Amino acid sequence: MNHILFVLLRRLRTPLITVIIVYAVSVLGFVIIPGVDDTGAPWRMSFFHAFYFVSFMGSTIGFGEIPYEFTDGQRMWTLVTIYGTVISWLYSIGKMLAVFQDQAFIRLMNRFAFIREVNRIGEPFYLVCGYGMTGSRVVSQLTRRGIHVVVVDIEQARIDALETDSLEHNVPGLCADASEPDVLNDAGLKSPFCVGVLPLTDQDPANLAISIASKLLVPKLPVICRTESDVTTANLASFGTDHIIDPFVTYADYLALAIHSPYKHLVYDWLTNPEHRSVASAYQETNGHWVICGYGRFGKALQRSFKGKPVNLTIIDIKPMDISANVSFVEGPGTEADTLEEANIREAVGLIAGTDNDANNLSIIMTALELNPKLLTVVRQNLSTNDPVFSAAKTDLVMEPSQIIANNILSLIKSTLIGEFLHEMMTHQDDVWAHTLVNRMSSVAGDAELDSWAFTVNAAETPALEKAMTEGKTLTLNLFLKDPGGLRQNLPAFPLMLKRAQVCKLLPGELTELEEGDEILFCGLSDAYYQMQWIVSNFNVFRHVIGDADALGGWLGRWYRSRKAKMQVEKTVPESDYSEL
Amino acid sequence: MNREKVVFAFFIVLALTINFGFFIGDIGNPDHHNVYELFAAIVVSLIATVLKFGDRTHIGAVLLATSLVADLQLVAAAVVWGYGAQISAVGLDEAAMASVVSLSAGALLANITSVILLMVETIMIRR
Repeated sequence: MNHILFVLLRRLRTPLITVIIVYAVSVLGFVIIPGVDDTGAPWRMSFFHAFYFVSFMGSTIGFGEIPYEFTDGQRMWTLVTIYGTVISWLYSIGKMLAVFQDQAFIRLMNRFAFIREVNRIGEPFYLVCGYGMTGSRVVSQLTRRGIHVVVVDIEQARIDALETDSLEHNVPGLCADASEPDVLNDAGLKSPFCVGVLPLTDQDPANLAISIASKLLVPKLPVICRTESDVTTANLASFGTDHIIDPFVTYADYLALAIHSPYKHLVYDWLTNPEHRSVASAYQETNGHWVICGYGRFGKALQRSFKGKPVNLTIIDIKPMDISANVSFVEGPGTEADTLEEANIREAVGLIAGTDNDANNLSIIMTALELNPKLLTVVRQNLSTNDPVFSAAKTDLVMEPSQIIANNILSLIKSTLIGEFLHEMMTHQDDVWAHTLVNRMSSVAGDAELDSWAFTVNAAETPALEKAMTEGKTLTLNLFLKDPGGLRQNLPAFPLMLKRAQVCKLLPGELTELEEGDEILFCGLSDAYYQMQWIVSNFNVFRHVIGDADALGGWLGRWYRSRKAKMQVEKTVPESDYSEL
Repeated sequence: MNREKVVFAFFIVLALTINFGFFIGDIGNPDHHNVYELFAAIVVSLIATVLKFGDRTHIGAVLLATSLVADLQLVAAAVVWGYGAQISAVGLDEAAMASVVSLSAGALLANITSVILLMVETIMIRR
C-alpha cells in the first residue's frame, strides 16, 4: 500500500507544484494591489483575506468581492487569477484521474489488493497456476469441497472469468506470469497456510519453472504438476516433484486397464471420477484387434500401455511413421472408409480416435461404426466446449485431458491413501474381488457421486475418539459408520482400507479394534463424510453414538444431573446411619 | 550536471534562507519580521515538500519528514499571525509576534536538518 501512495505522489508532483505556485502568485497579487475600503480610504488586503478570496474563487464557489468592493485594478487581477486557478485545478485533477486509469497503476493496485486478500486467508489453501480448462475444473471441484484456492494466470480474461464462474466462495486471482518466483511469493507460496502447489498451465516450461521454484523455496510443499511430454516428466521427477500427471499416459493406462481387467477399471473409475460409469458397462469382449487413429503423444502412450496385453494393434496416421515391429501401420486419414478397411476395421473389437482434431475424431468414429456397428469406440476430446457433440455421438469412452488431470488431482488431494489403495488392488487382488467391491460400491452410492475420505486416529483429526481411547475404552471400526440421527441405521459408507504401521489391510472388518495412529480410508456418499466428522470430533455426538447416557447433553445438563444425584445421596446417608444403629 | 538535482537543492536551501531571514531579529518586535517573508517561506517550503515526494530511499523518507515538520510549523505560525491580526481583540501584540517567530524558529531547525541531510547525501555520492 505504501508503494502505491509513493507512486501516486510522485506522479502528482508537477500538478501539485503548479497549484501551489498559481495560488501563491494569486494571493501575493491581491496583497500587493491597492484597494479602498467602504469609506473610500486606501486599504490593502491582508494575506488572510487574500487567501480566503483565492480559496473560494479557485474552487469556483464565488462568494463575491469580500470584504470590500474591489477596485478596477483588483478586478483585472481577479480575471487573471480566475483562469489561472481553474486551469491549474483542471490540470491536476485530470492528471490524478489519468493516474488512476493508468494500466500500470491499476495492475499495481490489483497486485496489492491480491496480496492483501491472500494474506487474509486463515485456512489451508492450494495455489493453482493456470486457470484454463484444467485449472477451472480443479478450482471448481476444490471450492465445492470447501477448500480455499488462490489462482494465478497469465491472461486477464481468465482471471475475470473467476468472478463470473459460479464458484462456491470467493477465489483471489492475479493476472501475472506464475513462472516468476516473485509472483509465486505474492500468491502465498511461503504462507504457512499454503498446503500445495498445482502448476496446471498448458506450457510445459512454465509448469517446470513453477515446480522448481516452489521446490527450492519451500521444499516441504507438495507439488502436483501437469505435463505433456516425457522429457518434462523426467525433468520434473529429477528434483522430487511429488505427483506428475501426464494426461495421455494416464489415460492410456486407464484404457489398458479397462481392456485387461474391466472390474478393477471400474473400481478405479468410481474412486477417481465423480461421474462414474455404470456397473453394466464393464467390457467383456476386449481382446483382439484394435485400431488406433493418430500416432501423436496419445498414440505413443497407448502403444506402450498395450504392450504385453493380448491385443494386436494397427495404427493409422496421415504421416508415414517409423514404428517398431509387430505393430502394423496404415498411412492415410482415418476419416475415410478406405483407410479403415485397409486397417481391417471389420474384424476389430475396438477403435481409438486419438487425433488432436475433434471434428476428425468424430468423423472417424461415425465412419467406422457404419462399417462395424459392434465396435468399442474411444474418442479423444480436445475442447471442452464440444461436450454436447461428444455426448450425442454416444461413444463408449471419451478421453478428455483436462477432465483426467482434474480427477486425478482431486483424488490425490482427497487422500493420499486412494493411490495406495489402488496400488494394493492392482498388485494383490484379482478381477473377481474387484467385481464384488464394485457391487458393494454400487449398493451404497447408486448413481450418485461416490466420495472418498480418510481419517487418522489422533488428537488433531479425531479428538473425540482420542479422548475415549486415553480413558481406556475399546473402540471398533463400526462406530464410524453409525448414523447419529438414528443409531439403528448405518451411514451410506464403508471402510476401504486400514493402514497401520505401514501395512495396508484392504476392506477391514467392522469389528476391527482401533489403535492410535491408524489411517482409515472410507468411501461412500459425501453426506456420510459430514456425519462422520461430527462423530469423531464432537464429544457429545461421539458419546451418543457409543451409547454413553451419562454424558448426554451440554455442560448445563450434566451439571444439573450431577447435582440431582448428589442431593439424592445426601438424603439417603442419614437413613443408613439410623439403620446401622 | 543534473537539472533535477539543481532544482531540488535550490528549493531546500531557499526554504532555509528565507526562513532564517524571517526568524532573525527581535523576537517580539513586529517591525523585525516581514509578513511577505513568512509567505514566501511557506510557499517555498510547500514546493520543497512536493519535490521530495516519491523518493523511496531512506534518506528521501527522512527529508520528506523534516520538510513536513517545517510546513507544519510555518502554517501554524501563519495561523497565529492571522488570528492575531484579524480576530484577536488586542491585535498582533508582542506575545503573538513572539509565538509566530518561535514557531518559525522550529521550522528553521527542521530546514537546517534538511540541508544537513542533503549535504550528507551529496558527500556520500561516489563517482
